[in-house]
Amino acid sequence: MSSVARITWLLGSIAVTALFVALWQVIADHGGIPAVFLPGPDKSWVALVDGLNGGDLGRLAGATILRMVYGWVLASLAGIAVGAAIGSSRWARSYIAPTLEMVRPVPVSAFMPIMIAFIGLTGDMVLVVIAIGSIWPVLLATVHGISAVEPRLIEVSRSLRLSRLAMLWKIALPNAQPDILAGMRLGLTVSLILAVIGEMLTSEDGLGSFILLSGRTFHSAQLFSGVILLGAIGLASNLALQAIEARMLRWTYR
Amino acid sequence: MKGFAKGAILPVAFLLAWEMAMRVTGVQSDSLAPPSEIAAAFWNAVLDGTIFARTYETLRAALTGLAIGGGSALALSILLGLAPPFARLMRFSIEVLRPIPPVALIPVAILVLGFGYAMEISLVAFSSFWPVLIYGHSAIINIEPQLLEVSRVLRLGTFGRVTKIVLPAALPRYFVAFRLSAAVSLIIAVTTEIAANPMGVGHELMAASQSLHPDLMFAMVLWIGLVGWAVNAALLFAQRRLFGPAGEGVVAAR
Repeated sequence: MSSVARITWLLGSIAVTALFVALWQVIADHGGIPAVFLPGPDKSWVALVDGLNGGDLGRLAGATILRMVYGWVLASLAGIAVGAAIGSSRWARSYIAPTLEMVRPVPVSAFMPIMIAFIGLTGDMVLVVIAIGSIWPVLLATVHGISAVEPRLIEVSRSLRLSRLAMLWKIALPNAQPDILAGMRLGLTVSLILAVIGEMLTSEDGLGSFILLSGRTFHSAQLFSGVILLGAIGLASNLALQAIEARMLRWTYR
Repeated sequence: MKGFAKGAILPVAFLLAWEMAMRVTGVQSDSLAPPSEIAAAFWNAVLDGTIFARTYETLRAALTGLAIGGGSALALSILLGLAPPFARLMRFSIEVLRPIPPVALIPVAILVLGFGYAMEISLVAFSSFWPVLIYGHSAIINIEPQLLEVSRVLRLGTFGRVTKIVLPAALPRYFVAFRLSAAVSLIIAVTTEIAANPMGVGHELMAASQSLHPDLMFAMVLWIGLVGWAVNAALLFAQRRLFGPAGEGVVAAR
């Protein structure tokens, strides 16, 4: 497709989205649904702008983003390190990997009640759960990526007499990079979800507690502005990671 | 069987060490219970039937939501796949809606529907919608073009083309998409129950944590993991039985 056609289609699809928003406005105004349940896009937008300009919304969004990124960075570092250790050793793969596969089907949110019992309803608890939850995609992707290294490359590293660490650093990790980055992208999605639930349960400052409180007090325009902001955070973080992925993986041919 | 024994060593040793440490030190804890007491609590919940009643609630919400969300995604993905201009026009709307974290909609669902099945089902439907839509769309795009030519030669109408050519050809990939969505449904159902909705296994887990019953809490986490594992194993078995290698390769794209 030529770039002109591509831009035309993009503009067209944005116009379709605008149509949906207009439809939302019409339903909110004339659909007979009480404004408490469905505020129009106009009211939601005003609540969003007001909240960002004079209100708390910017600070709360910052708190949520910080929580999400902290937990995710911790989880990614730990996941890559542990994943590399397990993936590079046949011994660890046969003894430890089955246990990991056993823990994997437990929904990560189920760790939250356990951590509440241990740590209490605090911000640290949320951070720990985020780290535990988003470590899985990274850890499993790293194990998979490293154990799937081309056998000939391992032979090369042997004939070059690379140490195990050098082999990991120079051959295995670069090879596993596409898997690791994909796992990290999934991990960031998980950490946003866990940050929101954690804030809802602990009432720590953040968008999660903000939207829960707005809903409970029937401030539906505020509630929708929080949901829109969370959607924007999800979209922006995903796009940013995709861009980083595309840049870091330029050397792979696919 | 030898691989299985190797994999079992670590968890068994861990459980034994856990049990012994708690017996030797004689710790009385509100957040930790020895494995023997966890097993006893599990057995009690099985005997008085609560565990099955709660599991039924969770599975009912998850499956109904999956049927609604996955079913409508199935229909939309066929439309997107067969009418590329429509897909291009819908693209922006889909890319904007998809990154909204499902848990951000919990307060909206509570506000509109209150607690109970309806809100949980709608949240599950929203989150199970996306995997089926995305994988289903790509399944239809990737149908062998010659099959579509055959349908043209046979002068099949649109309905005949969809039911006789498109759906059978894309069926294995749809099954994989539904399997992924089923996992998502279960996770979102449990998460909703932990965060807000007072029913199902998630709430039972949260209640055990809040009422300082670590034995029941760990038993529930174990059970939730077991249910998730069983659902996935059953669907995986069905997939291999029904489609053989035709369904593989889609998961790699995850």
